[in-house]
This record gives sequence, structure tokens and C-alpha cells, in this order.
Amino acid sequence: MSAASGDSAVKTPSLTNGPGAAAILSAGIGALALAVLAIVGDKFAAAKSLLVFYKPTGVLSGVTTVAIVIWLVAWGVLEIRWRRRTVALGLVSGLALGMLVLSILLTFPPIADLF
Amino acid sequence: MEISARGLWTLIHGMGFGALYLLACSGALVELFRVTAPSASSALTRGQEQFLKTYLVVMAVLAWSAVLTGAYVIYPWYRAAPSEGMTDLSGFSQRLLLSNPRTAGWHSIGMEWKEHIAWFAPISITMVACVFIRYGRELRDHRPLRTAVLSFAAASFIAAGVAGLFGAMINKYAPVEGGGRIQLSAGAER
Repeated sequence: MSAASGDSAVKTPSLTNGPGAAAILSAGIGALALAVLAIVGDKFAAAKSLLVFYKPTGVLSGVTTVAIVIWLVAWGVLEIRWRRRTVALGLVSGLALGMLVLSILLTFPPIADLF
Repeated sequence: MEISARGLWTLIHGMGFGALYLLACSGALVELFRVTAPSASSALTRGQEQFLKTYLVVMAVLAWSAVLTGAYVIYPWYRAAPSEGMTDLSGFSQRLLLSNPRTAGWHSIGMEWKEHIAWFAPISITMVACVFIRYGRELRDHRPLRTAVLSFAAASFIAAGVAGLFGAMINKYAPVEGGGRIQLSAGAER
């Protein structure tokens, strides 16, 4: 069997990994922003009143809206910066996945109540 | 056979968008894994690639529809406060759950987690769809990118699963009811 056949065969990609890395990292940032905002909105009275964008939905409306804005802005900025670049994707995706896992944990009420 | 207007919205949110998303998510995970596997025996045809792109976009629409109807249509009914002195809490799901120590956890843990974790599903699957639209079959040549995309798709499935599980259980103990009655069929006389 030749070295270029089977599972070890990797073609040279024609697209850089920058745009993909930007999408992944910004998703992690958005998720973490949501988790942090949820805690802030729950623990601080001033933040709670600021985050009520739609009264019937309460704080959740502001928490999710601000998190989505942070996610999209981060995505836009990273996309512009990394559009034609090849980045250290292992590091970036590890960071993004770490933020996602942390976000899931931080939204779990028994953990969120520790703060 | 009839259903309340709020019950119908809950059905649309949970079964129409949420459950359909979960079903679609399991299919997407398998298909993304299969078509982007470095060892895949045959190349993805242009038609298959286009189908998967469309499938992922529909999933993103389903996920956003689920969280938006949940947060802006059903959640206000769920968290509505009864008038002073009101003792019948059947139309006030959150207060009904909190009124009994045996059901309070469905709100304090279930709903409190569900209302936040659910949003990770649309954020993740939107990212997955955008990356696949951009890279398509080339994703198999970017192994770390492929791993991250599959991980986020799996996280999206878990987030939607947690939200769906708690949604179903909360609706079992304190269903969101009220609004007009919608008659689905007249039913047969006995």
C-alpha cells in the first residue's frame, strides 16, 4: 500500500481554514456570552432591569438578544481578519469547544447558583 | 376533540419545531460524519452536497423557530403571574410548579436550564450550516475543522435534547393552557 492511499491520504485544501475557524470561535464566544449574561442578569438587580427588552419574556429577552449580537459581531470581525488566512485551527477549535462546554455547565442552575 | 390556543402553540413549538429538529439532528450528524470522513469511499456528488446544504439550512430555521416561539410566545404565558389572592393556579404554569415542593424543581432546574441551553442549538447549527455551505465536500480535507463542526452539531443535539426533555416534563406537570378553544373534530356520539 502506498503512503498516499487509504485513511492517511489528505488532499491539499483549496480554501483556507480562516473562515471556518472564525465561524467556530464566534459560536463559542456567543455561547459563553449567553451563559455569562444569564448569570449576570440573575445576580445583579441593575443588570436585570437593563436586560428586560420585552417585558413578557423578562430578562431572557435581553440575555439572548445581547448574546446573539455579540456572536454575530465576533463572527463578522473574525471573518474579516481571517478570511484569507490559515490559522492554528487545533487551538481555535479547542478554545471554541472549551467555551461551549463551559457555557453548558454555567447555564446548569446548580452551577450557576454558585456565583 | 379540541385544544386550547396556547396548547396548540405549545404543540407547534415542541412537536412541530423542537421534535422535528431533534429528528433532523440525528440524521445530520450521521450524514455529516459519513460524507466528510477522510476514508469515505466515494466522493459526494454535487446533488448530494446541495441536498445536505439545504437540509442544514432547514435545520437552522427549525432551531430558530423553536427558540423564538418558545421565548416570545409560550414563555410569557408560562411565567405569567396570577392576580392577588387567586388560588387556582392552573393557568399559571410557573407558579403552579413552584407551589409544590415535589414539582418546584421542574422550574428551578428544568425551566431555568432549558430557557438558556436551548439557544446553543440554533447558534451551533447555524455555524455548522454556514461552514458546510462554504466548504462542502472540502471539509474532509480540513480535519480539525471537521472535528469541530461535528462536535458543535453533537452539542446542538444535546442542547435541543435537554430543552426538549424538560419541555415535555414541564408540560406534563403544568401545561400551558388557556386562550380560545379550537375544535379539531366534532367527535362521534356514543
